[in-house]
Amino acid sequence: MKKLLTIAATLGLISTASVAVQASPQEDLKEFRAYFAERFPDVPFKEYVNGVYAIDQASREQWEAIEEFPPYELNIDNGKTAFNTPFKNGKTYASCFRNDGDGIKQDYPYYDSATGKVVTVESAINDCRSKNGEEPLKWQKGEIADISAYMAYTSRGNKTNVVVPGDEGATAAYTRGKNHFYAKRGQLNMSCADCHRSNAGNRIRADLLSPALGHTTHFPVYRSKWGGLGTLHRRYGGCNKQVRAKPFKPQSDEYQALEYFHTYMSNGLVMNGPGARK
Amino acid sequence: MASIKIRAKMSGDVTTVKALIKHPMDTGLVKDKKTGKAIPAHFIQEVTCEHGSNKVMTAMWGAAVSKNPYLSFKFAGAKAGDTIKLSWVDNKGESDSAETQVS
Amino acid sequence: MIDMKRRTFLKGSVAAGAVSAAMGAGLLTPRMVLAAWPTAAFEAKTVDSALDALMGSHQLEGSDKISIRAPDIAENGAVVPVSVETSIANPESISIIAEKNASPMTASFVMGTGAQGYVSTRIKMGKTSSVIAVVKADGKLYSTGKEVKVTIGGCGG
Repeated sequence: MKKLLTIAATLGLISTASVAVQASPQEDLKEFRAYFAERFPDVPFKEYVNGVYAIDQASREQWEAIEEFPPYELNIDNGKTAFNTPFKNGKTYASCFRNDGDGIKQDYPYYDSATGKVVTVESAINDCRSKNGEEPLKWQKGEIADISAYMAYTSRGNKTNVVVPGDEGATAAYTRGKNHFYAKRGQLNMSCADCHRSNAGNRIRADLLSPALGHTTHFPVYRSKWGGLGTLHRRYGGCNKQVRAKPFKPQSDEYQALEYFHTYMSNGLVMNGPGARK
Repeated sequence: MASIKIRAKMSGDVTTVKALIKHPMDTGLVKDKKTGKAIPAHFIQEVTCEHGSNKVMTAMWGAAVSKNPYLSFKFAGAKAGDTIKLSWVDNKGESDSAETQVS
Repeated sequence: MIDMKRRTFLKGSVAAGAVSAAMGAGLLTPRMVLAAWPTAAFEAKTVDSALDALMGSHQLEGSDKISIRAPDIAENGAVVPVSVETSIANPESISIIAEKNASPMTASFVMGTGAQGYVSTRIKMGKTSSVIAVVKADGKLYSTGKEVKVTIGGCGG
């Protein structure tokens, strides 16, 4: 742990500046991209959607072997069926979404000023269910992940387009997410940024750390470790636990705010979910 | 719902078959975190591929084949549009099969 | 870009999925198949005893006509992609053995009518080990091996 921070300090890359100064989201985004461009000068911007596979050839080959016939195809099939199965009242998910829910995931999450909440794809799926008299789905895996995977799949190739309008509520949510990303937590006292910004490309035990730029494009994700598909908030919980911090609940305000900031940082990068990872 | 996704593509005289099967492939060695009891072995033991009346390939698997197993192999002698059928049987006697056309 | 290609490729196959029909059980009666499953080979605890059980011999001849494609360091021991290709004429079977697994015999592919010397699958490896490919042809067993490092256990951990 100490060694990691020493490396980071030596590289002069622990950036406290972005937390201290109140920059705008657009300025944050510019700085974020510039940081990674300098860290990995040989990686083209659009390649970041492939995470570690953009920076490590050996693991990329294994990933490409998996992508020959990725296990998440089974989830996409389930998701498509679930998406098109009418509710008890005869309506379908399509009625709750713009463009019948086809090719829209790049717009999520967004800030709903009427409710003061960040809306994620998963929260929108369950909202649709309750609006139509159905019980909500569990948040982290199973049917909600399959539907999210199907929606991600129809959005492939569309550029991430999260909007943070200038109003107070949206900015507050964005800032809350940004603070989570840079705040140290847990017994290991590490922040998301410690691993995925300062130490992106370095190893933590046997794992190669992925860059935060491009992180959100490939969710939901089929992880070999899970032997299945899981949502972004499932991964957030796992990451919090890995630094021995108490995880927040999936779709809690905290994780929704984090997702808002985290996804905004990948604006301009194409959606390529669902993804396959180790 | 079909547990098998299968694709068969021709290049010259050789057809490459790729299949993905939904199956837990439990080894019987992993404990359920909640109950502490071992999850019983449940894995595919045999996969066969038929092209018309020909058995093109028979695979015998143990539990060390990965969950949601993938399989690919090649064979000669098919024509575009021919039907090939993939079937599996597991250690519990459960089975499934699916067909696709060679493209 | 791999991602754009994947979408087109997958979109076509999702349509093809409609053609695949799930057939019921009974086409391959369990008894008929299970009788053929080589229990002793798959339960054997050593490479030699597994080969004896499956092939009747563990005499292997090294061959440069077999190539194994597998990672040097597995990303996750639960899902290790392994492909075996051979130019040996008329291969009868290709078997994949993970030397240090509790039960080394992992998969055995019996070539049927027109089958080529190529198989690909994904296997679980409990620890760093040699992956051995055994090709049976003309009454002999040919083999080659490749070491695959596994840094974390592949069985769910």
